[in-house]
Amino acid sequence: MTTSLRKNVLSLLAATIAFLPVHAFAGKDNDTLVAAFQAKLPSLDRYHSPGREGFLLGLLAYDALVYRDPNTFELKPLLATAWRQVDDKTWEFDLRQGVKFHNGDQMTAEDVAYSLMYAADPENKVFNRMTGGWIERVDILDPYKIRVVGRDVAPLALEYIIQLPVVPKKYRESVGIQAFSEKPVGTGPFMVAERSGNDVVFKRNEDYFEGGGKSKPAIGTFIYRAIPDVNTQVAELISGGIDWAYYIPSDQAEKLKRMPMVDVINAETFRIGFLTLDAAGLSDPASPLKDERVRKAIAYSMDREAMAKTLVGGASKPISSACTPSQFGCFADVTQYPYDVEKAKALMAEAGYANGFDIDIYGYRSRPVAEAIIGYLNAIGVRANLHWLQYSAVIQARRDHKTPIVIDDFGSAGVNDVGAILPFFFAESPDDQSRDPVVTQAVKEAGTIADQDKRKALYETALKQIADKAYWAPLFSMPVNYVMSKGVDVPVPADENVEFWRASWK
Amino acid sequence: MAYYIARRLGLAILVMLTISFMSFVMLKMSGDLAISLAGEGSGADYVEFLRKTYGWDKPLPVQYWNWLIKALQGDVGTSFYYGSPVLSLIAERLPATLSLGAMAITMALAVAIPLGMAGGRAPGSIIDRIALFIALLGVSTPIFWLSFLLILVLGIQFAVLPISGGGSVRHLAMPAMALAFYSMPAIIRISRAGMIEVMRSEYIRTARAKGLRPWQIYLQHALRNTLVPVVAVASVQFGFLLGGSVVVENIFAIHGIGYLTWEAINQNDYPVVQAALLAVSAAYVVLTLLADIVNMMIDPRIRLE
Repeated sequence: MTTSLRKNVLSLLAATIAFLPVHAFAGKDNDTLVAAFQAKLPSLDRYHSPGREGFLLGLLAYDALVYRDPNTFELKPLLATAWRQVDDKTWEFDLRQGVKFHNGDQMTAEDVAYSLMYAADPENKVFNRMTGGWIERVDILDPYKIRVVGRDVAPLALEYIIQLPVVPKKYRESVGIQAFSEKPVGTGPFMVAERSGNDVVFKRNEDYFEGGGKSKPAIGTFIYRAIPDVNTQVAELISGGIDWAYYIPSDQAEKLKRMPMVDVINAETFRIGFLTLDAAGLSDPASPLKDERVRKAIAYSMDREAMAKTLVGGASKPISSACTPSQFGCFADVTQYPYDVEKAKALMAEAGYANGFDIDIYGYRSRPVAEAIIGYLNAIGVRANLHWLQYSAVIQARRDHKTPIVIDDFGSAGVNDVGAILPFFFAESPDDQSRDPVVTQAVKEAGTIADQDKRKALYETALKQIADKAYWAPLFSMPVNYVMSKGVDVPVPADENVEFWRASWK
Repeated sequence: MAYYIARRLGLAILVMLTISFMSFVMLKMSGDLAISLAGEGSGADYVEFLRKTYGWDKPLPVQYWNWLIKALQGDVGTSFYYGSPVLSLIAERLPATLSLGAMAITMALAVAIPLGMAGGRAPGSIIDRIALFIALLGVSTPIFWLSFLLILVLGIQFAVLPISGGGSVRHLAMPAMALAFYSMPAIIRISRAGMIEVMRSEYIRTARAKGLRPWQIYLQHALRNTLVPVVAVASVQFGFLLGGSVVVENIFAIHGIGYLTWEAINQNDYPVVQAALLAVSAAYVVLTLLADIVNMMIDPRIRLE
């Protein structure tokens, strides 16, 4: 027994030594950029990969018809060289010729029609119902010209089109969805080379076409590595195990700024934070929130500047309107509620709540922000009882009319138009807690017309009303911290859609 | 004996059923898979469509029953998040967890047995105090804290081991150390207690009287007899390691069952959570059962109970 034990220990030692030289470094020497993400990609088929990581996958390995510049939000040609609106419901696209999929097949109108119709069918349960749900049919006019016909007027058509990747019909149908999700083929600047453990390895597409908004990558290999714990990501950044990470919390980012080996950049996203208030009294017909003065008092009680500066940090700015500032139609010149505790208290007294009241508040994202909000509410006598749940549970509670106040945030699913946020939270949607006829009418009408000037005017009406009646307490923008090693330059976008093909070694 | 085993087996099945039902109910209460799956910004009608399609609009007991019937037929379902069969997900992740667990238990045994025995040989001595102190430290140190300490020292300060990921023995070294430290106390205590008892026995006195050298006594006579209960405890500890690696796998980004479970809990992906829990609890139940049987063979008194 002892001899066999000794043998086993010796062989274990031998195995350990045999493994010693294995240590893959990220970096310039092997032309490999390693980026860490908190979430794994559930599927390599963009149509079945939700969330912001899915969005990145869509940009890396696939192309859409149209490309949106991540800093100017200008729409540029990609797989389509030109497009025009034929009527309110119909868009026509001229397709780029000579574009090849990663397997060598030519991209044609057949592939585009197949891809868009795949997204349109609810049975396929693609990553986001909104992006394809508006499409009724795709007509192929010739091998390089198509028409996309919407079910109704779709003012956000192009914002959705930029999210819909073109996949090869023949290949995808022949191998099936499951096999495609493991060995996907697109036209994008990177090709999926391998998936092992936590890594997805992307190689440069040497045949990537020129003339579109995207370009052939400067870096040969890109590795998407899932590291769920942000502290581990930070340790890897310091030790040089990875080159890039984002969504690094402010406190960690502050410490990293002092490190010689990394750069920290804070940049805006579409995400904004706010409170939704049950102004319609859905959760309780006798809710104090039905009183406009109480809602205004809550709006006055929030020190947005302090929260943006100290809790969110970086480039975070206070916001006063119910939309992301960069979005089309985001009218910001609305009634303001600057931090004023005395005014808030006076409004509470006027409404008959000089002694305050107890209320339930729901949250899911940032505990420190929630604690601050509860503190601000407490200062004017609103004693908030916090329910801390998962995102989906909070949303369901609101839809079940159980939530007086929700500490919420929204990223508009990457759509740069208030048409993505207002119909979700107003216009008698399940998440509409105000049920205001003026807002409802304006938002609904804006969703059914194509005239951009008219839409803008309607959204202005809605946003003014939302602010006048204090249906929301908009709080701040939610930028994120990007951390990258000093040896690499990865351009930072304003919409989280990092373009790794533009990354280069210094 | 057959009756005893059958009774233990029946109990084990009941335990697994209870675990699966509890986890199902708790997961359903904590969040809504339809909303997670539909994605932020999706309309309520689509959420409703998903609920209908997957049968989540039915009452909880009905959903559980449907899942159970299929699971008993060997079909534990398809992951809603990954879109692939749960069994293949688990099969893909199992090797990493098993090798991590095996490495951790090997480390724990290699340190804890000699330490416990050395302590038990001379209770109250310096080495005994050290052994007991390490055992106390092991039970009272939070595993995530130890993990980050290891990363800080071995990963950054001395940069001798890779910080995250799997794939080689070097990658598994730090997480295995953290897990080993966590499972050492029980083994130290049991081998120490065993040693104390063995050293009092008559055959050791006989061995001494024969004039054998101390190391011969320890290795050839004491070790074997001390090891028997240690094996039983180690098998249970191994079960703990398989189940308890969720935190460690997350910190060190190990592509194993623990990481998969954590992801699935976050996504409310209940087929995966159910299967992962069942796999771990099955492993644990089997290990406990084996330990019980081994105990029974060692000690006839258990059989008579």
